[in-house]
Amino acid sequence: MTNIRNFSIIAHIDHGKSTLADRLIQRTGLIDERNFHNQLLDNMDIERERGITIKSQVVTLPYISSDNQAFQLNLIDTPGHVDFSYEVSRALASCEGVLLLIDASQGVEAQTMANLYAAMDHDLEIIPVINKIDLPSADIERVKEQIELDLGLDSDMTILCSAKEGTGIDEVLEAIITYIPEPFVNVEDPLQALIFDAHYDSFRGTVVSCRIVSGEVRQGDRIRLMSNGATYKVEEVGIFKLEKEPTESLASGEVGYMLAGIKTVGDVSIGDTITLDIDPAAEPLIGFKEVKPVVFSSIYPISSEDYTSLTDALEKYKLNDAAFIYQKDSSAALGMGFRCGFLGLLHLEIVQERLEREFNQSIIMTSPSVKYRFFLTNGEMVQVDNPAYYPDPVTIEKAFEPYIRASIFLPERYLGSVMDLCQEHRGENSKYNCSTPGRLEIKFDMPLGEVIYDFYDRLKSITQGYGSFDYDILDYKENNLIKLDILLNGEKVDALAQIVHHDKARPRALRTCERLKDEIPRHMFKIAIQGAIGGKIIARSTISPFRKDVTAKCYGGDISRKRKLLEKQKKGKKRMKMVGSVSIPQNAFVAVLKADHK
Amino acid sequence: MPPPHPGLYIHIPFCRSKCPYCDFYSIVSKSFIQRWLDALKKEIIYYKGQFTQFDSLYLGGGTPSLLDPMQIETILETLFANFDFAKNCETTIEANPCDLNHDKIKSLKGLGFNRISVGAQSFEDKLLTFLGRKHTVKDIKKSIHILRSFGYKNISLDLIYGFKEQTLNTWKKTLEQALSFEPEHLSCYQLTIANGTPFKRKKDKGLLKILSQDDEASFFLFTSEFLEGHGYKHYEISSFARNNRFFSRHNQKYWQHIPYLGLGPGAHSFNNKSRWWNISSVKQYCDLLDDGQLPVEISEDLTDDQLRLEHIFLGLRTRAGIEINLISHDQQNRAILSGLEKKGFIKLEKGRLTPTRKGFLVADQLPLMF
Repeated sequence: MTNIRNFSIIAHIDHGKSTLADRLIQRTGLIDERNFHNQLLDNMDIERERGITIKSQVVTLPYISSDNQAFQLNLIDTPGHVDFSYEVSRALASCEGVLLLIDASQGVEAQTMANLYAAMDHDLEIIPVINKIDLPSADIERVKEQIELDLGLDSDMTILCSAKEGTGIDEVLEAIITYIPEPFVNVEDPLQALIFDAHYDSFRGTVVSCRIVSGEVRQGDRIRLMSNGATYKVEEVGIFKLEKEPTESLASGEVGYMLAGIKTVGDVSIGDTITLDIDPAAEPLIGFKEVKPVVFSSIYPISSEDYTSLTDALEKYKLNDAAFIYQKDSSAALGMGFRCGFLGLLHLEIVQERLEREFNQSIIMTSPSVKYRFFLTNGEMVQVDNPAYYPDPVTIEKAFEPYIRASIFLPERYLGSVMDLCQEHRGENSKYNCSTPGRLEIKFDMPLGEVIYDFYDRLKSITQGYGSFDYDILDYKENNLIKLDILLNGEKVDALAQIVHHDKARPRALRTCERLKDEIPRHMFKIAIQGAIGGKIIARSTISPFRKDVTAKCYGGDISRKRKLLEKQKKGKKRMKMVGSVSIPQNAFVAVLKADHK
Repeated sequence: MPPPHPGLYIHIPFCRSKCPYCDFYSIVSKSFIQRWLDALKKEIIYYKGQFTQFDSLYLGGGTPSLLDPMQIETILETLFANFDFAKNCETTIEANPCDLNHDKIKSLKGLGFNRISVGAQSFEDKLLTFLGRKHTVKDIKKSIHILRSFGYKNISLDLIYGFKEQTLNTWKKTLEQALSFEPEHLSCYQLTIANGTPFKRKKDKGLLKILSQDDEASFFLFTSEFLEGHGYKHYEISSFARNNRFFSRHNQKYWQHIPYLGLGPGAHSFNNKSRWWNISSVKQYCDLLDDGQLPVEISEDLTDDQLRLEHIFLGLRTRAGIEINLISHDQQNRAILSGLEKKGFIKLEKGRLTPTRKGFLVADQLPLMF
């Protein structure tokens, strides 16, 4: 049997994970030069366009070591953004070791720490790798010092590489087989396979990605899902090369996929254990920590006829994104839809985009919100994650909102402007920590509701991309929270309502009105946008009707150009939601929370 | 009713200089003219027998008046030898005022052109320079006088308006000067900044200021009111005529979905089912025809939905409007229509939907509403 190593690459965003993965794939000859392209494992369009990894990917690399032994290296590529740390933690459960990748010029960042702790939690072997040593600004000695002091790892083990230039790759491969332990192999005990990912294939049903902890599974076996007892006949097992490659069996220690004609998507849950029906394991494996969504928003089909198709799409989508949760919801303005929970604002955007691209849905999402707690005069406590359900203000005794402990790494020179940003977002109790000369870590407490209100984008632009941000959820704190209503031509639009701090209500209302003015196209009539607290109007803006849009010339016989433009506009109009007589573009609901770009 | 006659358009792709606002295809090199004439002849022969009798012929450009009369005569000879034309065919040629001297007009008359479209553009020398035109107000006046002296009774003037430097008052003076010649037809084009033009680059750099949407609307409404006040019919967004007889027969084919054949580089054609257009390059146009191939760049078959959309948006550019039946009669559309009528954008009568003056302003928006 070949020697197996299961490992993952973890790193802060932009430190070069996907590039290193590309190099490892090339060096082990899994793909020839002709078929190679960058970000090979990021096979969603959206990942390539944004240059980030969203989904973990597994690939099996055949490797012949320097002393001529054959290895099977299972690489699990993971996302770097804080919103997707759940993906990382699931990937880590399938590994025995990780490459901790650190950018030679940026050094240790927030997600470097977070991912390191996650790896330590899983008791994994950690190999520090300093990447981008070819950069003129690379400071290897400083990073080694950080590895030693901040991370508490052995800097002598550190491998230097430049994934871009392809240097140090052989050393990385040798370190994997030298330092990362072989998986614990136990083929004698009954089958226990941990489901760590899944996706739906319209031809073959559900494709389950799993790590075989004990036992063995083959084509034709009857398997049982331990959480619900459902049984299926295995049609195919195999490993992930760049495509799925069928194998005879999957045995303890291996990572691969299983096809078993599972058509009912809801039956499969990530973290469940698969066993054999005839010889079941006594206990399921310990699954994954359940994730708690922190940002909430509703999804509605643009056209109400598409509700059923959206229901189906969400069910299938959920299979591939375990962190996404949803339940039925309805709105006076938007009709039937779903209330959804996300790990953060980026996660929300990615869900929106993937539903549109992969599942062909035309949807709108409402302004995101966090979960508030209201203690009422009758002694009851209600939790509200949808501003539409803000309780009657006279019944509210106390209002609470969730707080986070933010941690920001940044170059010293941005300290002043970042502190201003924190204050603007109601940050308090700040503490500094000089991690390395020239770089600071600031920690402070802040309402989570402020994070979703355009905090991250602003931080990035203020620090020109050098600031990194991470947070832990703290507890709830009491605040004076009120509901801001938005009215279009005098009609309240529940989907645009927000819960805000009393002192921030007016500036927030003004900005929302201004943003909507930019987002909603001119109509043939005037549109009044108003922000109101209770019955009182506190902000307003007006979209004047367009008066002229006709082009002077439409001859020379070139009718096609004009027709195509109209066809495009017609399509664009179909993607707007009619609220009363006003067409609202689908992004307007989320855009009200975004930075003023003026 | 017999099907309407198709129209014939010939694109003359040559200019003395390029005007910074114009996005029609043309080149300034005259050395290609002879080769192009030979190629055009081949293209004409190819289409022989494919269209029924034409009742309009339009030589546009480019600058057709830049060709010498012999060259124009060659084109017409080939056309008459291969195509059938109605007796009362409307025969238009576009001309620059500085080309319209006594001899040129004499030959155009001799060649049978019964309608001249004069590229006047403005009656302010300052604006003519700004527009990159090589003629002066004096040239315009002179050319119209000569045209009239040769008995031309169907003259159209092209004007451009809506500049930042212009006021309603200076524009009114231009219109008054134009009216002093009692033109049978006026095309008043609001300045449009087209992609790929020098004006567009200037605008992007912030060197060219344009009117606000509200000001554009005021200019448009003023033009319509002023000219209709002087007895002209505002029969299409940019077109005015003294009476129905002087509506441009050829241009109406575009708006009324009547077939037309366009020959020459960049010319567009339509045959009720499909649209196709020639490549916008004199050299490739000639190479392809020399090689025995058609110079068609793209040809597209139209679906019923596309034809319907075209019918609606083209019709709504004209005062005649469209048949109401083109719009499906569901509850939502009925509500939209009555709303538009109440707000004064359209009229609904005798089974037709017609845009009002105010409706013309939003004629590109109207087709999107159904």
